[in-house]
Amino acid sequence: MTVTALPDTDPPKRGWYRRNEIAVTPWLFLAPAILFFSVYVIIPIFQSFSISLYDWDGLGEADYIGLGNYAELMNDRAFEVSLWNNLKWLVCYLLAIPAGLFIALFLNQTVTGIRIYKSLFFFPFVLSQVVVGLVFAWFYLPNEGLLSNMLALVGLGPVNVLGDPKLATYGIILAGLWPQTAYCMILYLTGLNAVDPEQVEAARLDGAKGWRMLWYVIIPQLKPATFIAFVVTIIGALRSFDLISIMTNGGPFGQTRVLSFYMFEKALSEYGFRMGYGAAIAVVLFLIMLIFIAYFLWSMYREEKGGH
Amino acid sequence: MFPRPIQQSSVSAQRLYQTMLPIALILWLLPLIAVAVFSIKPATDFTQGNYWGMPGSFELVNNYGQVFFNSDMPRYMLNSVLITVPTVFGAVALSAMAGFALGVYKFRSNIWVFFLFVAGNFVPFQILMVPVRDLTLDLGLYNTKTGLVLFHIAFQTGFCTLFMRNFIRALPFPLIEAARVEGVAEWRIFWYVVLPLMKPALAALAVLIFTFIWNDYFWAIVLTQGPGAQPVTAGITSFNAQYRAAYHLMSAGSIVAALPPVLMFFLMQKHFIAGLTLGAVK
Repeated sequence: MTVTALPDTDPPKRGWYRRNEIAVTPWLFLAPAILFFSVYVIIPIFQSFSISLYDWDGLGEADYIGLGNYAELMNDRAFEVSLWNNLKWLVCYLLAIPAGLFIALFLNQTVTGIRIYKSLFFFPFVLSQVVVGLVFAWFYLPNEGLLSNMLALVGLGPVNVLGDPKLATYGIILAGLWPQTAYCMILYLTGLNAVDPEQVEAARLDGAKGWRMLWYVIIPQLKPATFIAFVVTIIGALRSFDLISIMTNGGPFGQTRVLSFYMFEKALSEYGFRMGYGAAIAVVLFLIMLIFIAYFLWSMYREEKGGH
Repeated sequence: MFPRPIQQSSVSAQRLYQTMLPIALILWLLPLIAVAVFSIKPATDFTQGNYWGMPGSFELVNNYGQVFFNSDMPRYMLNSVLITVPTVFGAVALSAMAGFALGVYKFRSNIWVFFLFVAGNFVPFQILMVPVRDLTLDLGLYNTKTGLVLFHIAFQTGFCTLFMRNFIRALPFPLIEAARVEGVAEWRIFWYVVLPLMKPALAALAVLIFTFIWNDYFWAIVLTQGPGAQPVTAGITSFNAQYRAAYHLMSAGSIVAALPPVLMFFLMQKHFIAGLTLGAVK
């Protein structure tokens, strides 16, 4: 071994930054994002936990009341209704996944003009929830609406979907399913595009077709698409706010409230600014969401470990 | 390919498919078509109860003219643009840098920082609402476009970083190694090597974020009020309150409010779908 260079006797002229470049650079690049994200997302989560322990109108002094807000939630009928409605949203919203798969299968052909059909089927997803809400609210209007007018053609009486406490939530969920199904459809169209044709041909030679082919050959290959569809649908269901605010504003008789909407109502509405109580509702919603977030992260973590 | 290409089926099956397509599409878009029809009808149709018959006259120019020249709509639209465009630039810039850091460098807390962004992206808005509103009030930014922009940039950075990091992970790493061997400074590697390769991701994120922010309603009503700063999603509700039961104008207004993201989608379809379906294929 020949020693030619003399690195130790000649102290490097390079500055501290140059010597530590590889270690420091990622943090410099991360700094602005971490700063913004901490200030507006991470820290507020903890602040909400803390605010939920106070009785506070947002302006005056905040009174520490421990778990008082949570105790009040236990006996709050409106909270219970909201919680049940959240469950309805979660379960019904998942219908977007099979519905999206169904439409994707229907459109996965190569006839002329099919690309335009695919775009137009996807198009509701691009609309804001506010517009979707308005569109469906007018669609459901008891006299003027297209739905009642179509029902009249087959001899059924007009229905006031959004005025009926039993129907209203389902009416709103249906409006939400419209763009959500479009989203799932586009995920599955992309997934179907990548299905291995050799496996399909091999299965065909083995006599698989129709449902069996779909269930045993295609759906397993669509797993990544299904996972994403599941994530976005769950998050979408628990985030539902715009549609409720636009279509019924929580009514009739508060029967279409969900936690996100009820929280907003308590914290920021004409009924008085109950920030602490609102924060407590938000914490409950957050904890529900956390179950799913933990599951998603765990799946991603396994993927990361397996992939590399 | 699955299902089996329709070309391999009988002629009658192909005919059936060809006729089913437009019927299915019309049914799918029916609520929207109804609104489009409303928006070209005259006011008298609604007072006379002619909701679904032939329009008494075609008032396309009048109704949309009313929206554009005789309401606060243009102001709300301008606000939306002034909120959306800076957010797109801010979120894309921050996340390109963060994605580079998380995608290229190996350090111990890498995956935890990454998961922090991913998890934050999924939280319900309501858990942030009270503190973010307070912060915005304290900064004197309540009811300003800047207040909304700052929050949107911060929140969207979560999703964007997830996207950018995964995109950068898929780039050929030897390229970066080679630059390092040449002695290229790290920030130059970002600027001259990685960023040019990220163009498709930047475009995809830009159109997605544009759509997400344009369509935001919750933060618009939490952080702003009135035509001074409110974007069009919030403005449309005041517009509708002003024209209560004037369905022709409300319909036209809604269509106008929905138009920019729709145009964005049809013009940038490839990027839009590439962005939304990232990860849907292995």
